[in-house]
Amino acid sequence: MSAASLRSVSGPGAGEATIGHLVTGVMDPSHGVVLYLDGISVSFDGFKALNDLSLAIDVGELRCVIGPNGAGKTTMMDVVTGKTRPDSGMAYFGQTIDLTRLSESAIAQAGIGRKFQKPTIFEHHTVFENFELAMKTDKRVRHTLFARLSSDERDRITDMLKRVRLQDSAQRIAGLLSHGQKQWLEIGMLLMQEPLLLLLDEPVAGMSDDETERTAELFLSLAGKHSLVVVEHDMVFVERIARKVTVLHEGSVLAEGPLDVVRNDERVIEVYLGR
Amino acid sequence: MNARAGDSLLWRIYGPRGWMAIAAAAFVLFVIFPVLSLVVSEGSGGHLSAYWITLIGKIMCFAIVAIAMDLIWGYAGILSLGHGLFFALGGYACGMYLMRQIGREGQYQSELPDFMVFLDWKTLPWHWWNSEHFWWAAILVVAVPALLAYVFGYLAFRSRVKGVYFSIITQALTFAAMLLFFRNDTGFGGNNGFTDFKRVLGLPITTPETRMVLFVVTAAALLGTLLLGRFVVTSRFGRVLTAIRDAEARVMFCGYNTLHYKLAIWTLSAALCGIAGALYVPQVGIINPGEMSPANSIEIAIWVAVGGRGTLIGPIIGAGLVNGAKSVFTQAMPEYWLYALGLIFILVTLFLPRGVVGLLSRWRRPSS
Repeated sequence: MSAASLRSVSGPGAGEATIGHLVTGVMDPSHGVVLYLDGISVSFDGFKALNDLSLAIDVGELRCVIGPNGAGKTTMMDVVTGKTRPDSGMAYFGQTIDLTRLSESAIAQAGIGRKFQKPTIFEHHTVFENFELAMKTDKRVRHTLFARLSSDERDRITDMLKRVRLQDSAQRIAGLLSHGQKQWLEIGMLLMQEPLLLLLDEPVAGMSDDETERTAELFLSLAGKHSLVVVEHDMVFVERIARKVTVLHEGSVLAEGPLDVVRNDERVIEVYLGR
Repeated sequence: MNARAGDSLLWRIYGPRGWMAIAAAAFVLFVIFPVLSLVVSEGSGGHLSAYWITLIGKIMCFAIVAIAMDLIWGYAGILSLGHGLFFALGGYACGMYLMRQIGREGQYQSELPDFMVFLDWKTLPWHWWNSEHFWWAAILVVAVPALLAYVFGYLAFRSRVKGVYFSIITQALTFAAMLLFFRNDTGFGGNNGFTDFKRVLGLPITTPETRMVLFVVTAAALLGTLLLGRFVVTSRFGRVLTAIRDAEARVMFCGYNTLHYKLAIWTLSAALCGIAGALYVPQVGIINPGEMSPANSIEIAIWVAVGGRGTLIGPIIGAGLVNGAKSVFTQAMPEYWLYALGLIFILVTLFLPRGVVGLLSRWRRPSS
């Protein structure tokens, strides 16, 4: 995955975003925005999980999203990945892909990868097989029945094993890994998908300080080539990686900006420290 | 290059020892059994009577169903409690052809099957069209269960019906079908079903030679099903299935449309059951709606649980053990069989969560 594959689409529909115009497969980043949420509301049995949420993520950006429990961080990810349909509002991937109309698998194919809060990996498969299944390739039934790993694909998996430091565990059953290793395995699986946008829900939860530091380094190296949205409670980690921070509160954006500015915002202080 | 690719597919399905075991099983089924049944004369020590040939043939049909069940339950994690329906549909499709093969030799000497004469019908109902042809029956045997499974599966999986809810709906489906087939006016012989078959492909159906042909065809179908199953579960497709079983959300977020995967294995599983049912009917000589009873479908799940889920070979062993026990029990004390079956199921669930195969592999590797 490189900037080269972020093809800028020319021709009809490329310049201006035409609402409702739907192209799957190719994300059109021509306005420099990879993810665009506008006026998203979601309610569950009367509880407003998201309330008129608007957010824009730039191509190559690393954005941290923080906020107290119940602020709507996970619901926001559910909307972006197609797990939850918003009651109202728009969610676009690039200029043309309407996320509210695609299935989870189609959204993943389009280039959005998601890491869950609790590491979600294939516990009964080996580490190698986890990467094999995640790898970007033809994921239709007919192909997987007859698929064989090419040497190029094998190399890609080997590279990723090294990158997330699991090369010695390639043939281990993933369920036997430590918690931190599972987190890294899931991040590696995400990268095998070669997504344009990564959504990471509490990626360093349960990691040792050393692992956390290495994760921070990894994320910083990914920014630029990928766009990242990181939801995290660990403020030390946020401080380490943050450029721009969005604070969610009661389902909408409370504050947005560089970490220092946000941290001194009175409303943010009240939400985090007050009451 | 081509030869090497072929070789590796072979070794992917089974290792050298696995293929040796397959070859040994094939030798026993295709050579030893026919010799003992046809060449060794009756009355001498080694002769295999029609009783044994039919019993083993029947159990092999059940073993095919057990493999089909393992593909969907053991690998994809979807428990069907309605697989008896697909088995029975295959059986009925074959039974229609066998009824037409009776010709005018029935009690009423009519071209129509006896039960239709009895109901005072003058012509065959529409769905018996073409039923005199073997090739048409062969198509229906696979197509009817597969089509029903496809439509039902599409609706259920698209609505994301899962777990116990899915199991209950499959149970209701087979029950509803049973009630439908019990009726005389649906044209399937009501609660008597089809029986008194005389011929298959023009051959008299009860001679030792015909029985042996059916036995050998069933054995070939069983081995073929096992190898097909191994091909499926050792492919990337198979790894996606087990991934769906363990973490379906992650599979979707990896970009796989899980609906298509579940639908594919579900439909394949139903088609295999149809083939098993079609081989079962000429060997036991009867098919009736009792095969669709909910208890029958539950029993299929028990075979798989006893043998060991997600192993393919386990369900064959499970089908053999449970049905072997059943034929002993139903001769000695028939009224206690269901209690015994329930007890087996409880004991296996409590003490052998990985079935007989799990127990065997634990003995082989006591350390793990």
